[in-house]
Amino acid sequence: MPSSAPSDAILVADDIVVQFDTPEGPITAVDNVSLKVRPGEFLSIIGPSGCGKSTLFNVIGGLLGHYQGAVNVAGETISGPHKSIGMVFQEESTFPWRTVTDNVAFPLELVGMPKRERIERARHFIKLVGLDGFENRYPGELSGGMRQRVSLARTLASEPKILLMDEPFAALDEQTRLLLGDKVLQIQQQLKQTTLLITHNITEAVQMSDRILVMTYRPGKLKRIVDIDLPRPRTSEIVGSEAFGRYVAQIWNDLREEANRGMRDEEKNALHPGDRAL
Amino acid sequence: MTMELSPGRLSRRDYAASCLGLGSFIAFLLMVEALIRLGLLNRFIIPPPSEIIASFGRLFLEENIVHRFFFTAGECLIAGVMVTICGIGIGVVMQRFNLLQRACETWVAAFASAPLVLTYPLFMVIFGRNAWTIIMMGFLSALPPVILKTIEGISGTRKVLVNVGRSFNLTATQQFWKILFPAALPTIFVGIRLGLIFALINVVGTEFLINFGGLGQLINDLAERYDLAGTYAAICFVILVSVLFFMALEKAERWLRPVN
Repeated sequence: MPSSAPSDAILVADDIVVQFDTPEGPITAVDNVSLKVRPGEFLSIIGPSGCGKSTLFNVIGGLLGHYQGAVNVAGETISGPHKSIGMVFQEESTFPWRTVTDNVAFPLELVGMPKRERIERARHFIKLVGLDGFENRYPGELSGGMRQRVSLARTLASEPKILLMDEPFAALDEQTRLLLGDKVLQIQQQLKQTTLLITHNITEAVQMSDRILVMTYRPGKLKRIVDIDLPRPRTSEIVGSEAFGRYVAQIWNDLREEANRGMRDEEKNALHPGDRAL
Repeated sequence: MTMELSPGRLSRRDYAASCLGLGSFIAFLLMVEALIRLGLLNRFIIPPPSEIIASFGRLFLEENIVHRFFFTAGECLIAGVMVTICGIGIGVVMQRFNLLQRACETWVAAFASAPLVLTYPLFMVIFGRNAWTIIMMGFLSALPPVILKTIEGISGTRKVLVNVGRSFNLTATQQFWKILFPAALPTIFVGIRLGLIFALINVVGTEFLINFGGLGQLINDLAERYDLAGTYAAICFVILVSVLFFMALEKAERWLRPVN
């Protein structure tokens, strides 16, 4: 069982178990997963498709009600979405009817901040994600990577204690993904933002994280915790280093077996849809 | 990177489309005129466009067309406002309560295709031979598409947008006004457009049937007098009502949701 649990954690997930009822019987998506995140830490959770990463994201984000275990944020057990957690989703989630500024100002509008002040704050975060000059554009006029940056700025504008991201760059091409990774790293280092990233991309995880939690294929359990001892501040240039390659190889060794298991399971399900492996 | 066309180029395209539309309409009128003059079309069934155009002045001078136009437009406007408020309201309630939606959606859909105009005697009994009978006929016929499209629009809101709202701890009311409603607006507007078509058809149809009110009554009168040119000219005013409503609706949609 993995160790390396920090004591001064801002986020603690204890023995999380999530089961879903299906016509073929209950499926355990997440099985006894526990994790702790230190303030200012960048933690990634990596695993093959179907390992319950997004389910865990929904549990920590308070979007999933039915689970066993507990999630504590700064000592408070959460029972739904918590104001200290800001979420960035995998799917494109900007509001198409709002301009970039209005999208980013959305959480500020909710807390009743005066218009002039919230526009000023929104502009600060738009600049932070490198979208200055696009304040009055609508999401439909932006590329996929720019829209994800709008989502990130919107979440950052709510000044969450913990930034929770579910494969935010999954739909982007590799180059854009690396460059956006740089941007996220830069922001995270600048704001000392506690960040929990869910991903299936090893490069992305190693590039950005202080620690990486590797998950098994279904049922999703913690397999290993890898401390990433690469110098900070980091950029995507680190991708070419020898140490980086070693971390990628080490994590891939852990993941290969799980990914294979997942692939075999999918093939089996495709051949015999009734005999779903639990 | 932006995918927007430059405004100048867009307006030139719009201009070209408008010219083409107008040009093809004029060409159609000229073709009909020619076919009638050549005797290939019966002028006692289809009056020549030149006669229709010539009869416009008569409609203004003798038939009080301006008053009738505003009478019919007013009835449509009242029916449209009523249907927008009630249709969206009912749609929201039905979408909110799954049991209600499952219980009622089928027969609401059935109402959309029913010839409700035939129920006008019932409304004559309830409201009398006045504008309210006409407005209620327009209102009822327009209601089903607005209800159905409101349900479809709200149900079709992308789950991730709802989750964004949840992640920001929105109340149910905030969730509706800040996410569900704006996300559903384009679909709701499709429903309102369809509803207005039904409303206008039923308003003019009921005016025609009960021989009361604006343009429908005038069309009835002119047809009975076998003034075909006048009848077609009056129909042009019905189309004008429709065009004005659609233009106003487009403006309202752009104002409420600048981009889709």
